[in-house]
Amino acid sequence: MVFDATAGFPETRRRSLVDRITRQAEPYLYTAPALILIVTIMLAPLVLGLSYAFRDVHLLNPFSGGYVGLDHFRTLYDDDNFYRALRNTLWWTGASVLLQFVFGLILALLLDRPFAGRAIAQALVFLPWAVPTFLTGLNWAWLFNPVIGPLPHWLYALGLMNEPANILSNPQLAMWGPIIANVWWGIPFFAITLLAALQAIPRDLYEAAAIDGAGAFRRFTSITLPFLAPTIAITVLLRTVWISNFADLIIVMTSGGPADRTQIVASYIFTQAFRALDFGYASAIALVLLVLLLAYSMLIVMLRQVLMDRA
Amino acid sequence: MNNYSTFGTALHRLAILCYVVFALFPLFWLLKVSVTPNDLLYSEGVRMWPSRMSFEHFRFVLAHSAFPVFFRNSLIVAGATAVIVTLLASLSGYALSRFTFRGKYWLVALMLLTQMFPLVMLVAPIFKMLSPLGLTNSLTGLVVVYTAFNIPFATFLMQSFFDGIPKELEEAAKIDGATQFMAFRQIVLPLTLPGIAATLGFVFTAAWSELLFALMLISGNSAATFPVGLLTFVSKFSVDFGQMMAAGVLALIPACLFFLFIQRYLVQGLTAGAVKG
Repeated sequence: MVFDATAGFPETRRRSLVDRITRQAEPYLYTAPALILIVTIMLAPLVLGLSYAFRDVHLLNPFSGGYVGLDHFRTLYDDDNFYRALRNTLWWTGASVLLQFVFGLILALLLDRPFAGRAIAQALVFLPWAVPTFLTGLNWAWLFNPVIGPLPHWLYALGLMNEPANILSNPQLAMWGPIIANVWWGIPFFAITLLAALQAIPRDLYEAAAIDGAGAFRRFTSITLPFLAPTIAITVLLRTVWISNFADLIIVMTSGGPADRTQIVASYIFTQAFRALDFGYASAIALVLLVLLLAYSMLIVMLRQVLMDRA
Repeated sequence: MNNYSTFGTALHRLAILCYVVFALFPLFWLLKVSVTPNDLLYSEGVRMWPSRMSFEHFRFVLAHSAFPVFFRNSLIVAGATAVIVTLLASLSGYALSRFTFRGKYWLVALMLLTQMFPLVMLVAPIFKMLSPLGLTNSLTGLVVVYTAFNIPFATFLMQSFFDGIPKELEEAAKIDGATQFMAFRQIVLPLTLPGIAATLGFVFTAAWSELLFALMLISGNSAATFPVGLLTFVSKFSVDFGQMMAAGVLALIPACLFFLFIQRYLVQGLTAGAVKG
């Protein structure tokens, strides 16, 4: 017995030490592959990109790569295209988010009411979300094309257009093309998140309010809206950042044209990198965009703080 | 009162119908043009359905164009990305769900950050990093890039599925002598199968749709994914509308299939990364 005890003691102790180390290391082993990928494929290029903003990096010029200080930012300061892209970004983001949100909320309210065939209707109205964005862009570009699409002819028939023309080639109207495509594609996102929030509202609240004589509108403003408010705030704010960076539709539908009227900052960065192959300048614009987005996020955090202090 | 509510019901159904029509019309038009023979395309104008249907565009696209290659490339890239991401994200999602460890807060913060900043700013540096490694113009390069981009979102998604499984199950297994990893693999993972399927679906859809990095990293037909191939085709042969739309319908098929697959998990998926498109 004694022998067993002395022999067994260091054994279990050693095992428990190994055990402790493995247990300590375990979460790191699980997360290591993900972390390594994020650091090498996202963080490292981010830092490299920041350094490009101060260097002359041209893809086709083997002698480029030298330090140029703030030259890119001086060019940017006088770049009218950049200011236009900035204004377009505000316009593109504001209109897209507002329309997606309003139509998404209406859809969520409609779907919150039980009716025969709701599951099918829901699947059909959410389908646009699954359509790849490049196809969404092409599809809408074709619908706006008078040769092949019906929209110009309908607008003409309604008297909204003098002749069946493509709005994508009209500098005044072109931005509406990608915005409408974006709304079509993005309504499901808002509808899905808002519907989930709606269905989490306890039903008896509505019954109690109805008994107390509250009408449908009153029930909406006093119960539904306050309950939805946090979801609305979070989705709208995050979606704003996401959409302001979302260049796919614009690149597919107009490539920023006509006359740069649909160029947003994100598509301008891509165009500089992809077509002009000027990686240095593209990175300088990207740095400015990053700073603007950071400022916006800080604003949200501060706003949240203020609201929470008041509550 | 009764009159009012029947009127309200009618209005409600009508509104739903409007949404359904708006959602489906562009896709319907895509399908319609893809089956319209060339000689009727311009002569019939705005007509809801051609007087004669034909699959000539599909036959041409499948037999005489590079689209089958693009389709295969996209399937390989999206499929490989989905499998790798789901594998790695189930590990990291499990760690976030079950362990408290030093640096966890920073890891979550880093992953959230990657969901916020403009990915388009990585286009140039990633090209510069991958090209000496021979990973530009290669499907492997795309898989690596897409895997990294999708891991944070997939991790949060898997975490939400693991959070829904009671811890007691693993604790019971550990009392019976199983290690944490054994409990994870033999008890938790099988219970999370629906979640794994949903994650596969979400990542597949995301990788199938990705355009900008594919445009930048791929040149030439042999490694082009579907979006790259379709856009090149559009800019080169911008008058063959029937063929372009037939190709578009082909690109839609996998996306729709996966949509049916993940429909039940849309809410969880859209709220997981909070910002995923």
